[in-house]
Amino acid sequence: MRLSGRGLKCVRGGREVFAGLDFEAASGEAVAVVGHNGAGKTSLLRLVAGLLTLAGGSIELSGGEDDLPVAEQAHYLGHRDALKPSLSVAENLSFWRDFLGGEATDPAISLEAVGLSHTAHLPAAYLSAGQRRRLSIARLLAVRRPIWLLDEPTSALDAAGQQMFAGLMTDHLDRDGLIIAATHTPLGIAARELQIGGGA
Amino acid sequence: MSLTDLANPTRFLSLTTRILPWLAGLTACLLTLGLIQSALAPDDYQQGATVKIMFVHVPNAWLSMFVWGVMSLAALGTLVWRHPLADVAAKTAAPIGAAFTFLALFTGSLWGRPMWGTYWEWDARLTSMLILFLMYLGLIALWRAVEDPSRAARAAAILTLVGAINLPVIKFSVDWWNTLHQPASVMRMGGTALDKSFLIPLLVMAIAFSLLFVTLHLAAMRNEILRRRVRTLQMMQASRAGSV
Amino acid sequence: MSALGSIIRRDVRIALRVGGGALIGVLFFLTVVVLMPFAVGPDLKLLARIGPAVLWLGALLASLLTLDRLFMADAEDGSLDLIVMSRTPLELACAAKALAHWLAAGLPLIVATPVLGLLLNLDGTASLAVMLTLLAGTPALTFTGMIGAALAVTLHRGGLLMAVLVLPLSIPVLIFGVAASQAAISGPVPFGTPFSILCALSLASMVIGPFAAAASLRHGQD
Repeated sequence: MRLSGRGLKCVRGGREVFAGLDFEAASGEAVAVVGHNGAGKTSLLRLVAGLLTLAGGSIELSGGEDDLPVAEQAHYLGHRDALKPSLSVAENLSFWRDFLGGEATDPAISLEAVGLSHTAHLPAAYLSAGQRRRLSIARLLAVRRPIWLLDEPTSALDAAGQQMFAGLMTDHLDRDGLIIAATHTPLGIAARELQIGGGA
Repeated sequence: MSLTDLANPTRFLSLTTRILPWLAGLTACLLTLGLIQSALAPDDYQQGATVKIMFVHVPNAWLSMFVWGVMSLAALGTLVWRHPLADVAAKTAAPIGAAFTFLALFTGSLWGRPMWGTYWEWDARLTSMLILFLMYLGLIALWRAVEDPSRAARAAAILTLVGAINLPVIKFSVDWWNTLHQPASVMRMGGTALDKSFLIPLLVMAIAFSLLFVTLHLAAMRNEILRRRVRTLQMMQASRAGSV
Repeated sequence: MSALGSIIRRDVRIALRVGGGALIGVLFFLTVVVLMPFAVGPDLKLLARIGPAVLWLGALLASLLTLDRLFMADAEDGSLDLIVMSRTPLELACAAKALAHWLAAGLPLIVATPVLGLLLNLDGTASLAVMLTLLAGTPALTFTGMIGAALAVTLHRGGLLMAVLVLPLSIPVLIFGVAASQAAISGPVPFGTPFSILCALSLASMVIGPFAAAASLRHGQD
């Protein structure tokens, strides 16, 4: 599987964020998008996820399953956790597993992997910021998607959490997954850097 | 046993464990006695047997206002004295007060049915009671809207006190509005001299229902204290580091 | 299908838990209806005559009030991004959300109607007629209101703006809802005529609403 963008142009609120951006990523490969604040890292991820409309250029995916668009083969982990405080941890996770559909894993196993098993029956409101992030990461495991689009995935995670997440990313790459991550801090895995916005 | 002793939730729990069975027993006895006396009371020459609804209606109507008084006191406890049990008392009193108010409305409507020919008439007393019921429901909705009870407590306390100040104004306004449109209520109780055969059962029932409130309130407070402990334990459990 | 079932289950659950708004809608309905006699006087004959109209207005305002948060909460916590990206068509997901909202907030209004009918001196037939018309008509309110809720998300403005946008759209529903109730109570028009139109409005809005909402959510993402 191969995901590539050619001559991408992003305009937001009448301001050009970036133009003529090329990128390429293949199965088993991680791309770390780096650049200063406001360079358009988040915008690039949202463009790929189909959450923003392209002002120019094209994004192509070859070798994916069943001609599904990129958005439907991708997980998007944004700044916001997509969690409902009044639902329990397990309910939150089961909802996303059922709603997103596709090849699914038992929520209990996903929770175990991110170290949240002991909170399964508690309301998500009781979780700390780092735990909320872990729960969002569990979503990536609950349903299989070959492409992971990660926006500052390690923010709010402690050292043990970052290490755990690096392990999960490595597993994903080993299973022919593909990762594009916008980040300021090292991901903890081997990744090709994509510099946008002309250096920090 | 002073107020400060009672302030300790643990001591409150152990104390109520001891007295609740007695209270419940006493309430049951008095309620039975009151109901028997009410059933034996003579029929009214005008209203017939329907007058007996009074023995349930009046204590409930009285309690519906009394409970708001209790909540106002608890609200002061929350705002002024910062008593640890005050907001527990305020929170648990609201549903019980709403239930008494509902019973007063329900029995009032049954009482009025043969007089008015409809189940509901915009009679001054019943209308005020309906507004009180709405205020109770609003307060319950406020408690339910916020997950953290200590945050909801201040808002609810302020609303309770404002309500307490406003209730007489509402009552007066409704009376005034009502006299514009129609004659006085059927729910008068035979002027000043209520016959002894009515008065005694009514008093017994009033005491029985008050005891019922105290029993229910104490039990509800226990539940709320335990519920909050469970909540704290759960939060502690959540913050315990998981196995990575 | 299970994706839609899961979103309905989730939204109903959230609405019924602490912090959910399901019962506040009913309370609002009750309050609006109780206010009416204070404005027009406690004349039972008059109340019985305007009763269906009062109930319909109350239900209209109550269902609109609770619709405000239909998409806003999901937009704020990022769930909406994932819903837009998912394999479930956005139109169906919107329809499922609206259905969940109707189950949690619309249905209780209908259940409360006979009690409020009692307060407004409506007899059994009249209460039943209003309930029936609300049952047929409130889906139309929810599914049209959903368009406003979706626009509110894209404009980052809720509340009054949404009311101003949606209220004019719900006028036909109000007209035929009240007309059908009155027809059942006093005639002279046969009940079937306005009631069929009311059902048609509901069915049409169930088609138009999800498409319009999905379109505005898709293009408003920024």
